[in-house]
Order: sequence, then structure tokens, then C-alpha cells
Amino acid sequence: MRVFVWLTIVTALRVLARNRLRAGLTMLGIVIGVGAVIAMVSIGEGAKQAVQKQIATMGTNVIMIWPTATSVGGVRGAQGGAITLTVMDAMDLKKKIPVLTDTGWMKRDVLQIVNGHRNGNSPVYGVSPSYLSIRDWTVSRGGPFTQADMESAALVALLGQSVVDELFDQGEEPLGAIIRIRNVPLRVIGVLSSKGQNTYGQDQDDVVFIPFTTAERKVLGTLFLGSVGGIYGTTDRAEDMPEAVELIREVMRARHRLQGDQPDDFTIRTQVDLAQVQEGTGQTLTVMLMAIASVSLLVGGIGIMNILLVSVTERTREIGVRMAVGAKRTHILIQFLIEALTLSVVGGCIGILFGVLSARLTTVIAGWPTIISGDTVAAAFGFSVAVGLFFGLYPANKAARLNPIEALRYE
Amino acid sequence: MSTLIRCEDLWKIYRVGDVEVQALRGLNLTIQRGEFVAIMGSSGSGKSTLMSILGCLDQPTKGQYRLNGIDVGQARSDQLAEIRNQQIGFVFQSFNLIPRTSALENAQLPLFYRGVPLKEQRALASAALARVGLQGREHHAPTQLSGGQQQRVAIARALVTVPSLLLADEPTGNLDTQSSQDIMGILDGLNREGITVILVTHELDIAAYASRQITIKDGQILSDHTSEGRLPVEGA
Repeated sequence: MRVFVWLTIVTALRVLARNRLRAGLTMLGIVIGVGAVIAMVSIGEGAKQAVQKQIATMGTNVIMIWPTATSVGGVRGAQGGAITLTVMDAMDLKKKIPVLTDTGWMKRDVLQIVNGHRNGNSPVYGVSPSYLSIRDWTVSRGGPFTQADMESAALVALLGQSVVDELFDQGEEPLGAIIRIRNVPLRVIGVLSSKGQNTYGQDQDDVVFIPFTTAERKVLGTLFLGSVGGIYGTTDRAEDMPEAVELIREVMRARHRLQGDQPDDFTIRTQVDLAQVQEGTGQTLTVMLMAIASVSLLVGGIGIMNILLVSVTERTREIGVRMAVGAKRTHILIQFLIEALTLSVVGGCIGILFGVLSARLTTVIAGWPTIISGDTVAAAFGFSVAVGLFFGLYPANKAARLNPIEALRYE
Repeated sequence: MSTLIRCEDLWKIYRVGDVEVQALRGLNLTIQRGEFVAIMGSSGSGKSTLMSILGCLDQPTKGQYRLNGIDVGQARSDQLAEIRNQQIGFVFQSFNLIPRTSALENAQLPLFYRGVPLKEQRALASAALARVGLQGREHHAPTQLSGGQQQRVAIARALVTVPSLLLADEPTGNLDTQSSQDIMGILDGLNREGITVILVTHELDIAAYASRQITIKDGQILSDHTSEGRLPVEGA
């Protein structure tokens, strides 16, 4: 049987080589289909990984709590417009919810930062020290501020890389420099490691961090002491996230004395939620490309079936001769199935080549990240084998069912 | 001599639309091993049907056909294929070589379906081609060979499995006189080596090569004549 299959493959390849144009046109559908699958999946995977990488820059297992827009007398304020969250909320959440390993808080405003004769506008965050660790901010040079800086409302600041580039000359030492925000002098004690853009394309390095107490008492000001712009929590394990979110909701509703049917006056978001929003767009694209690819594979399969039916008719006498010298029905069936498979597999391999090439081109020309995984290539290969088998079966069966006498007499 | 073929009360009935055609009507025939038989008859006499049944390409509607002791009438399609592969070699009027495939590969074909290792296939096929005088032409495609040479390739293909029965259906029908004589010479030589040959023809001078002439009419045997001696064969 092995000799038979091997020689049949050789024969099938020879038949294809003889009708090169015909074989090429027949394979075109499969080539396009498989190529589209490869290109689509690698672009999709690349985009997904890029999003995940960006989301990971927010820190791991981060839960965000923001104030909700409130409606007062029919007027709906903007999100975060109301100040409903406090430092006490954040501390109480950490105390009451064991899976919440840490909580941090912040308030922000966009302000002018001045260094000597240079200045620029950047977001200024007043944050608790825990906020920095939760959001995975690390200090590349100098050091972070401490609990002692918090308690004494020390006049210190951490600068993002973009702010350093903006405010300091090339080679000028930012550490120890004094910058001014709203005329308050702050000493630069550290420069943050770069995070790049976030998922919305904003520069995350365009940022200044100061101790929360410094912010509310000396720089940003506040309506009442302890009001915050957002609370951030974290858990050790990703599995604890849903439970933590539920408990946060309960504790917050209790603390804010919300009755049964009153809506939450806060919004809870996790990275997973953000990732889903981002992936939604990607999925629409993937579904569309998938539709094109499957139509192409279908058309390619029908093309293979068509050319095989022609081939069976053309070679009726040959089939008769093969049967006369002792070919069983299974031999004939396998012969034509192998011819179908050869068409679809050769087409599939060319398609894989095209797909990989177009994915690479996409990266080079459009600058989109693409990932070509072995799984994708294997799946595409599997697809072409399946198409060949499925669409080859009918013509192969037709050949195998020929009556040898009629086949021998066929003109 | 032992019996190779035994047909008893062989019937073959076709339905063509509403009409029932009785191609064979209770035919009885016994052929011994080593015979050279010519089957003759006009078209529609049933000789093609008999040929198909003897060649295990078809099965009788009624009656029994034993080839080498095997009851062919009871065999399934795969078993028939196996019997054809092991017991029978075919030579057709229109050669029926596989196009664009070398003489060697054409001659290999029955061994290919028998699952013989490739090296052995090549060796046996080469020997068979040499036997019909085609050494040196192993790699010629059918279109590069004359009619007579193509028919010799077909004979080599029939020979290569050392069959117990060689069935030749109008083997000289498409050939000129000289080639016809060559082909008949080869068949006669094979018969002298002990292979049973059944020849279907409507030409008397071709039938004369055989030692036994059977005439069929209306699905039955009209005459069965065994010659005393054989015609001398040129070039055999």
C-alpha cells in the first residue's frame, strides 16, 4: 500500500505538471483563501498582542474606581465631574476586602510646568505611594517618594521621560533640579521609566507625579480634604478579580449609603474590560476577513471538484484499463483523492507562502505588528487538506464506481 | 491437460429500456489449460459479452463460470479485481495504453496494483518488454511507438504477471498485415510456452492461428472445431 500511495502521489504530480496552467488556475482559489487566512490571523494576532502589551503597562490586575457622572435636576454632568470618592473609601476598601492586596488614589489636573526659561503643559498627578506600585510605574533614576514625603506634604516630584525631554536641555541633569507648578517650587527626585503610548494613543510619559498631600494642600487644591479623582486597587491573582470587583461594589454602596434601586455613583473598570473594548474592533475585522477567506476556500474547493470531474471524464478509458489489470475500487478512489489533495495541498503551501509574505509586507509598509505562529500555518494547512478531501470525494467516488466494461468502451 | 475454464448454462440478460436483451442463452464451454482458442461471431452474437465474462469484467446473470476452480459468478467487485490481476492478461483492439506514460510504466501497471516492490516491478516489466522484442524502448511514450509496437507493450503488460489466461480482443483489428503477423507470432509463441490464449476475432485468417475455433451465434455456440495441426507461423 505504501508503494501504491507513493507512486500515486508521483503520478498525480506528473499529471499536474503536464497541465500547469490548468492546475494553477484551479489552485488559485485555495491560494487566495489560505493566503487570506494566514495574513488575517497574523495581523489579528499582532494587533491583539500590541493591545495586550499596552494594557499590561497599566499594571497587572488593576481595578479602577471612578466617580460616575451625576444627574442633578435633569442635567447630566460629565464623567468624573462629581467628587464622590475619598481617601477614606480607598483605605476602607483595603481594610474590608482581603483579596484586595493594596489600594491607591490620585487626583489630577493639567498644569503648566516651569523649569527656568522653559515651560510646558502636562498632567500633574497627586498620588499615594501605593498608586505607583499598583500602576507599575518604576523610577529609572533617583528614587520614588515615600510615606514620610506623603505625611509631610514634601515638595518633591517625579517626572515622566517626555516631561524631562521637554523641560530640560540635552545633557542637563534633571535630578535635584527645582521646577515650578503654580509657582510652587518642587524638587525633582526621580525620573520614571518610559511606558510609551497607551491604547488610546496618548503619551503615558507626559506626566508629573507629586505626593497626594502636596497636591491637595499646596498645588492642585481641593473642595474638601481627602476627595480623590480615582481609586486603584490590585489583587495578587487574576482569578480574584471578579470577586474583588463584586466586593468593592458592595462596600462602596454601603459607604455611600445607596438604597436598593439607586444607581452606583461610581464606575468600576478592570483591564479586562478595556481589553475587550479594544479587541471588539479587531474582531469585526477578523470576522469580515474570515468570511472572505471561507468564500475563497469554498470557491477553490468547487474549482478542484470541477477540474477533477473533467479529469475523470477525460480519463475514463484509463480508469477502465486500470480496473482491467486489477485496480480495485479503493485504488481508483485513492488515486483521484490524492490528485485532489495534491491540488489543494500544493495550493495551500503557495497560499501559506503568500500569506506570510503579505503579513511581512504589512509590517514593513504599514508598520502594523504581525505574528505568524506555527499554529496558524498548521491550521491553514489543515484547511487545505480538508478542502481537498471534501471536494475530491465526489469525483473520486464517481471514478471508482465506473463500470469497467463501459469505461473500456468509452470514446 | 487440466481444465482452466468451465462454463455451465451461462445466461446474460440486459435490460435496455423496456427491451430485454439475451446476450448469452445457456452457453456451455470448457477450455483446457494450454489451449489456443479463437472465438468468432458477427456483431451482436454475444462474443463480446462472453469475452467480458471470461475476463471477469462482468458476471453472468445465471449459470456458473469457474476459472481455475474459482466460482467467478459469486465473487464481489474487489475479488474480481484480484482475479483479473492474478489470473488474466488483457490485450485490446485499441491497445489501451495509458497516455503520456512510458512503455515500462505501462507494463508495470498490474504489478503496481499487486503491491510488488518498485525495483522488482521494473525488472519484471523490462523482462516482459524484452520478451516482446521491445528492449531499448522502455522509456518511449505510446505516441512515440508504432501501432504494432504499442500492441506489443500491451502484450508485455498482459504477460508481466504470468497469467493463466491471456484474453486478446481483436488484437490485430487496428494493425496492418505485417504488424498483425508479428503480433499473432508473439501470441502463438506464448501459447507454445504454455499460456492459454483466447482470441476474439471476426477475421478467418487470424482465427486460423488458433488450434480451436468456436463460432457463436445468438448467445449460443454454433460450432466448435479443433484443428489437427497448426498453421506454420512466420517469425515465431
